[in-house]
Order: sequence, then structure tokens, then C-alpha cells
Amino acid sequence: MEAAEPGNLAGVRHIILVLSGKGGVGKSTISTELALALRHAGKKVGILDVDLCGPSIPRMLGAQGRAVHQCDRGWAPVFLDREQSISLMSVGFLLEKPDEAVVWRGPKKNALIKQFVSDVAWGELDYLVVDTPPGTSDEHMATIEALRPYQPLGALVVTTPQAVSVGDVRRELTFCRKTGLRVMGIVENMSGFTCPHCTVSPGGCRGGEAAPGRWGPWAVLGSPPSPRSAPASSPGAAERSWPSSPGCPS
Amino acid sequence: MEEVPHDCPGADSAQAGRGASCQGCPNQRLCASGAGAAPDPAIEEIKEKMKTVKHKILVLSGKGGVGKSTFSAHLAHGLAEDENTQIALLDIDICGPSIPKIMGLEGEQVHQSGSGWSPVYVEDNLGVMSVGFLLSSPDDAVIWRGPKKNGMIKQFLRDVDWGEVDYLIVDTPPGTSDEHLSVVQYLAAAHIDGAVIITTPQEVSLQDVRKEINFCRKVKLPIIGVVENMSGFICPKCKKESQIFPPTTGGAELMCQDLEVPLLGRVPLDPLIGKNCDKGQSFFIDAPDSPATLAYRSIIQRIQEFCNLHQSKEENLISS
Repeated sequence: MEAAEPGNLAGVRHIILVLSGKGGVGKSTISTELALALRHAGKKVGILDVDLCGPSIPRMLGAQGRAVHQCDRGWAPVFLDREQSISLMSVGFLLEKPDEAVVWRGPKKNALIKQFVSDVAWGELDYLVVDTPPGTSDEHMATIEALRPYQPLGALVVTTPQAVSVGDVRRELTFCRKTGLRVMGIVENMSGFTCPHCTVSPGGCRGGEAAPGRWGPWAVLGSPPSPRSAPASSPGAAERSWPSSPGCPS
Repeated sequence: MEEVPHDCPGADSAQAGRGASCQGCPNQRLCASGAGAAPDPAIEEIKEKMKTVKHKILVLSGKGGVGKSTFSAHLAHGLAEDENTQIALLDIDICGPSIPKIMGLEGEQVHQSGSGWSPVYVEDNLGVMSVGFLLSSPDDAVIWRGPKKNGMIKQFLRDVDWGEVDYLIVDTPPGTSDEHLSVVQYLAAAHIDGAVIITTPQEVSLQDVRKEINFCRKVKLPIIGVVENMSGFICPKCKKESQIFPPTTGGAELMCQDLEVPLLGRVPLDPLIGKNCDKGQSFFIDAPDSPATLAYRSIIQRIQEFCNLHQSKEENLISS
């Protein structure tokens, strides 16, 4: 097994990737919620946003327009609070204009992701949450290769109930198996909506439940219910609940 | 498809064949000779192939999960209701091909003939092509880097025997990367009518869509207009509308005004759309009177008008 070289990830205790084959299922939302929940539980958290074409995390945390500065160990991540308990790096911070399109082919994306992994001075972190774009391509391979020496804890795979999403997610589970990335669990997002005028849910098939059994004893973590839930338990537990997030942006 | 090194600078880069990562690559000598910088002969081949295709429409979005594939499929269904119109639907989302499922064609395989790959036909006048048809199992992951994806797209455009087609609809993955650059480059000589850009009302989607609009402008791709999808949820029980994705920053309407692009229409979120996509059926047949169906029909008509106007302009240019 490759030993991790001392570097900017040496002080990071756990790395969690948030993946989905499918776009728009809520990876960035869940990455943000997970990071806030862990911070709420007293942990020091970093978020690495490797969605280079559609970086959503800065907006979700109210950090648009913040600048990235150099420090002696590389790039300083953007700290979201005075206590420096939650930090963030995203290509969104490197764009001159927010509407600027990042029109890069794979090799250039790979190079930036490598830099994000090796050149951001994360310091001491309990958790690094890595938000990814949809798919199983350059960004994902580059991220896993760059993080492999640091032995990521695993991946959370996000889906919605629709069969169209589950299809992509099954491919993502294949990707995880092929790349040796442990799947910590599947999150079924947008499981239901209660019409405020009456009480009907859009439904659809129970997508998150279609995946386990065939793939092993993955825990199906229910989609984040209303904010009034129990505090988060430690990662790896079969059930995960989501605490209320006072810092959660609307 | 040969494997390229992980740090490939790109065949058309100044460093092609000369970079450190080029050592040992099977294409190193070719790139170093400058051959990579020459125009790809496939562009001319595709131009020839596309002579039998009257209109080409790209369906784009910077954002994932906004309904590009759903829209592409229903645009195809809507146009194909006229039996005299020949429709082709090409799915270039290599990693997440949704079109086979939405069109009810999961498990279908592609056949080779003397004139190339045959598309899979849903109706006599509606043919479909997707990488999904080339996978042996629906769980197979397509773990390809950019260059291999580009090669697949080139093959789809050059080697599929579409025949005489009135509308070629190209469904794309989210983003502004290899697939988008490749389809625009390969179709450059064949001329694309324009792009339909899909968004939802939220700012998180609009911020990616603004980038997509800028991408279109950068590569000089005409924009037919923007469709705001999931614009209000119609409860199947009480029929009242509520906002699942509130347009906190003015939605697509304000974005379109700011960026001076047409808003083609708003499609509400009808739960029957998702159910029909899961079953691989046309939503128009299941819910012909839904506000979503009416919205789709109006949008499809506007797209046809745009394409016909473009065609008249071309004909006037040629005859003048």
C-alpha cells in the first residue's frame, strides 16, 4: 500500500467523496449539509468542490466572490467562519467573472484537480468532504488517483427515486467497485414532496432500495427529513440523521 | 481506441508530442510531427454525412438533472407525431446515457450494416442512438477520459446511417467540456441550427446556465432559447400549483431578459412526466391535457418556427 507523502493532506483524518452518476440529484446540497452537520458535531471540516464546470458549493455556503490567497504551503482555502472550523476550495473562487464558463477538456481539468488535492493548505481537518460533478470520467478518475495515497474513507452515492437516476447510480457503483472505492452508503434524495395544499407525494419507484441486496449490505440512508432530527452519529453508522443546521443557507 | 497518457496535453496543443507525459504514448511521433494540429478529416466526412439532415438542434444545460434528456425525448416524440417528418435522437451523454430508458429502448443493441451503424427505431420515423445500446449490461460503467469520449462522439456523427432526416436532436450531458466542444467542432462544417438550453427556476441552476449561454456565445452557437423546467408543481390530487424550486432570483425570465435570449416557455413539474420516463413512454399520450403537455407543444412549435425561419434565410442566401 502506498504510504501518504507528507503534504497538504497529511493533517486530514477522514476523506469522504460524494458521488452520483446522475446530475441534479443533490450531491452539492448533501455535501454542504454533511459538512455543516459535522461542524455542528464539533468537527473541523473542509469541502473540496471538484465540479469544475458547475461549481455550486460557494453559492450554497454564501461564499461567492471570495478570493483565494497564497500562503507558504500553497493556496489557503476559504474559511467560512472566524473559528476556521469550516473551509472550502472550489474553481468558483478562481473565476474572474461568475458567469465565465470553464470550457476545458479532460487533461486541463485533471491538472487542476491534482493541484486542488496537493496544493491547498487544508491544515488539520477531521473531515474533508469532496463534492464531485455527475459522471464517471476525468474529474472522478483524477480525484480518486490523487486521493488514493490518503486512503479515503469511502463514498456516499446520491440518487433520487426515479429509475433514470437509479440507472446512472448503478453505473456509479460499478465505477466505485472498479476503482476500489468503498461505498459507505446510498442517499435517496427528493424522496417525497408534500403538497402544501393537500398531502400528496410525487412518488416514483423506491430507487434507493433498488440498489442494495445486489450490491452488498449498503445502508440506505433516508433522504434528509425536516431539520428537526437527532444530532448526527459518527460516520459508518447504519443510520444517519441530520441535525438542524443554523448555518444552513436557504 | 488507443489509451492516451493521463496528462495528455491534447493533440492540438503546442506541447503535443513534446511534453514529459508524451513519452511512451503510441501517438507521440504523430503529435510531434504536428499532425494533431491539422484539421480532423472527420469534420469533412461528417459534413458530407449531415447533408441528408435538414435541422440540427443541441439540447444543453450547464446544470445536471434539469430535464435535458426528458426534454430531448419529448421534443423528438412531439416532432415525430407528424408521420411525414423523420426524426433522429442522438444521445452523447457517454457516462450517463438516459435516452434508452426514457424512450423505452433499454436492452436494445445496435446493428452494423454496409452503410454504417443502424439507429434503433422507436417508430418508423423516429430513430435513436446512444452509447447505452453498446453496453452489454445496464450496470456497466463507461469510465472513459475525454479523448475516448470524443472518439465515440465522432463515430456517432460519422458512422451512424441516419438516412434522410428532418430534425437531428442531440442530447448532451451537463457541463461545458469535452462532449460539448467535440460535438460543436465536429458539426462545425455541417452547421447547427441552434441550441435549446434547459434550466430550473433556482439560482443554483441559473448560475450554471449563464455559463452555458456564455459557452454558446464563445463557440458561436446560435441560441434558439431557454426552457424553464420544473417551473411549479401541479398536485395530481388538488390540481393546485406550488413552488418546489422557488425562483428566488427571478427565475429564467429575468436571466433571459438580462442576457437577451428568448424564453421559449415554462414546463411545470407533473409527476406523470417522471413516471412515463421510467416506463419509457411518451408523456403526451398519458396526459394529453396536462399543463405540462400544453407547455411542451407551445415550445416545440416555437423551435420549429425558428428552424424554418433559419432555413428560409439560408435558401434566400443561396438563391440571391
